[in-house]
Amino acid sequence: MSKKKKFVQGNEAVVEAALCAGLDFFAGYPITPSTEIAEHLAYRLPRIGGKFIQMEDEIASICAIIGASLTGHKVMTATSGPGFSLMQEGLGYAIIAEIPCVVVNVQRGGPSTGLPTGPSQGDVYQARWGTHGDHEIIALTASCHQDVFEMTVHAFNMAETYRTPVILLLDEVIGHMREGLELPEPGEIPVVERLRTSVKAGVDYHPYLPREDGRLPMSDFGGEHRYNVTGLLHDMWGFPSDNPGVVHGLIRHLVDKIRNNAEAITRYKEYYLENARTILISYGCSARSALHIVENRRARGESIGLLELQSLWPFPYDLVDEKCGDARHIVVVEMNTGQIVRAVKRAVHAPERVVLANRIDGQFITPTDIKNILRLIQGKGV
Amino acid sequence: MTSVKKYIRERFFPHIWCPGCGHGIVLNCMLRAVDQMGLEKNDIVVVSGIGCSSRISGYVDFHSLHTLHGRALAFATGVKLSKPELKVIVPMGDGDALAIGGNHFIHAARRNIDMTAIVMNNRIYGMTGGQYSPLTGYGKAATTAPYGNIDHDFDIVELAKAAGASFVARTTTYHVQQMIDMIKKAVAHEGFAVVEILSQCPTYFGRKNKIGDAVEMMEWFKDNTTPIGSEAKRKNPSLIERGIFVQDKKLEYCSEYDKIIEKAMKGRG
Repeated sequence: MSKKKKFVQGNEAVVEAALCAGLDFFAGYPITPSTEIAEHLAYRLPRIGGKFIQMEDEIASICAIIGASLTGHKVMTATSGPGFSLMQEGLGYAIIAEIPCVVVNVQRGGPSTGLPTGPSQGDVYQARWGTHGDHEIIALTASCHQDVFEMTVHAFNMAETYRTPVILLLDEVIGHMREGLELPEPGEIPVVERLRTSVKAGVDYHPYLPREDGRLPMSDFGGEHRYNVTGLLHDMWGFPSDNPGVVHGLIRHLVDKIRNNAEAITRYKEYYLENARTILISYGCSARSALHIVENRRARGESIGLLELQSLWPFPYDLVDEKCGDARHIVVVEMNTGQIVRAVKRAVHAPERVVLANRIDGQFITPTDIKNILRLIQGKGV
Repeated sequence: MTSVKKYIRERFFPHIWCPGCGHGIVLNCMLRAVDQMGLEKNDIVVVSGIGCSSRISGYVDFHSLHTLHGRALAFATGVKLSKPELKVIVPMGDGDALAIGGNHFIHAARRNIDMTAIVMNNRIYGMTGGQYSPLTGYGKAATTAPYGNIDHDFDIVELAKAAGASFVARTTTYHVQQMIDMIKKAVAHEGFAVVEILSQCPTYFGRKNKIGDAVEMMEWFKDNTTPIGSEAKRKNPSLIERGIFVQDKKLEYCSEYDKIIEKAMKGRG
């Protein structure tokens, strides 16, 4: 049986995947280059009985999806840099109150209003540390539409599994570029449904008491269990607490549930890594140019490979170190002044071998840009 | 006397409010309203923001969502639109609802989404220790207005009306029977309902402005308010009017969205 193929923008691939993952509530605010996600969902969601609402700003958008998640829905919002800045407050709330939701940030040039229609990958650390306080976060990315689809579903699955917001960190090139997308058959990509409590009505339900495996079964607002949800540090009832043991326990739980499952969350792709003397590490749109270089040079017999990261946070330190092995040159290709390159330097045992190949002028990084850096570090001159 | 105890989460008491605070009266009246309406606990979601008033959500045995400063109505919009059969009540303070939350307030009113916004207006930021709010008023004292406040205040009723709320009312903590009646009507109303309740903060607003203790502040509410359109108001225009200002039938957001779904599903065939 032939699969359904579509020629779409990356933003549409997000929409297709989100619906496949069970999305039925979206709240958002128009912002380039993510707006197509809202536009398509405004059309698609009511056709399946889902809800779309355009809120008064991005602050309200993330708050609305958190409210809708609590009534038992799979929820998402989409934005870009300036809106993502506004969402940091709500993001922290979703982290501490453990509300599953997906936040798409189709990155554009920053800071501030920056370069609304130009690509950039400058929000990597904002995704990691944008909201205040100690926390862990899951952030995923992709370099082609088929992967956008897969990572979007993965984002929903991780949000449900760990009861946490998940950031889908795309970029303007991926969001707006059109290419083929093969829609998977239903059931082809596993979808994680919400884990709901089996505690019967009238029996005490502890919304914030983790099971042995660390997971917390939920109960929908409007259901049999009435409980408190708060952005304050709270006890197993969801009630505010400043008891040192309770506070310590909750912070540890929020961090450990992600840190201890980093391996299950991590996604990556590798190309020609075995015995590669030069390894490129990249993600998102930049990985497209990196792959182009690697394939070209491999065809000419050069020992070069690519590690494409699809999950940026939690950063896969061990994986990166292991894959880099004894490579002579490690080149991180990204469109910022050096963000993931820092994490890579921390990860590998020979950080002096790590260099950055970047572009920060609002133009897509090309294979030639990477080639120039390779010439320099391989001692061939520009 | 009706018992409101069955709606209270006794486990979470004692509450945090100061002696003489008006917020407990609002809590009492809100629960009596729910009781008299015969609503099911499981059908009610109380969504609040941050501040003294917003702690009310934790004390009640409904689904309760204690959110971010100013954002209660945005969270509540997500709750209501995703599950319209729920009754959503949103108690807020004056700073919470109208300073940091002012934008969400006017837009929720504009959409006319079915929920009840209760603004517990004590004209001060109590939890942080007595700073001026958008309701403090010109010339009043606060810790951040040591030389007198030069900010003019909002009129919550006029603001809610202009923004499109289809139910707008005002009362005080002195007028408890009126408060119960108003909350009942507001919760039963299909659309965005605003109930402003003048509430006393003897600890900060009362002390800073030398109005006196809680009893004296409540007496001030009695002496300085009057029913809408009363003879007393005509004679003394400085009196604050109490009562229901707006009670209109107007297209409600969730019902309208249901029509969108119907339209979209037809188009699918």
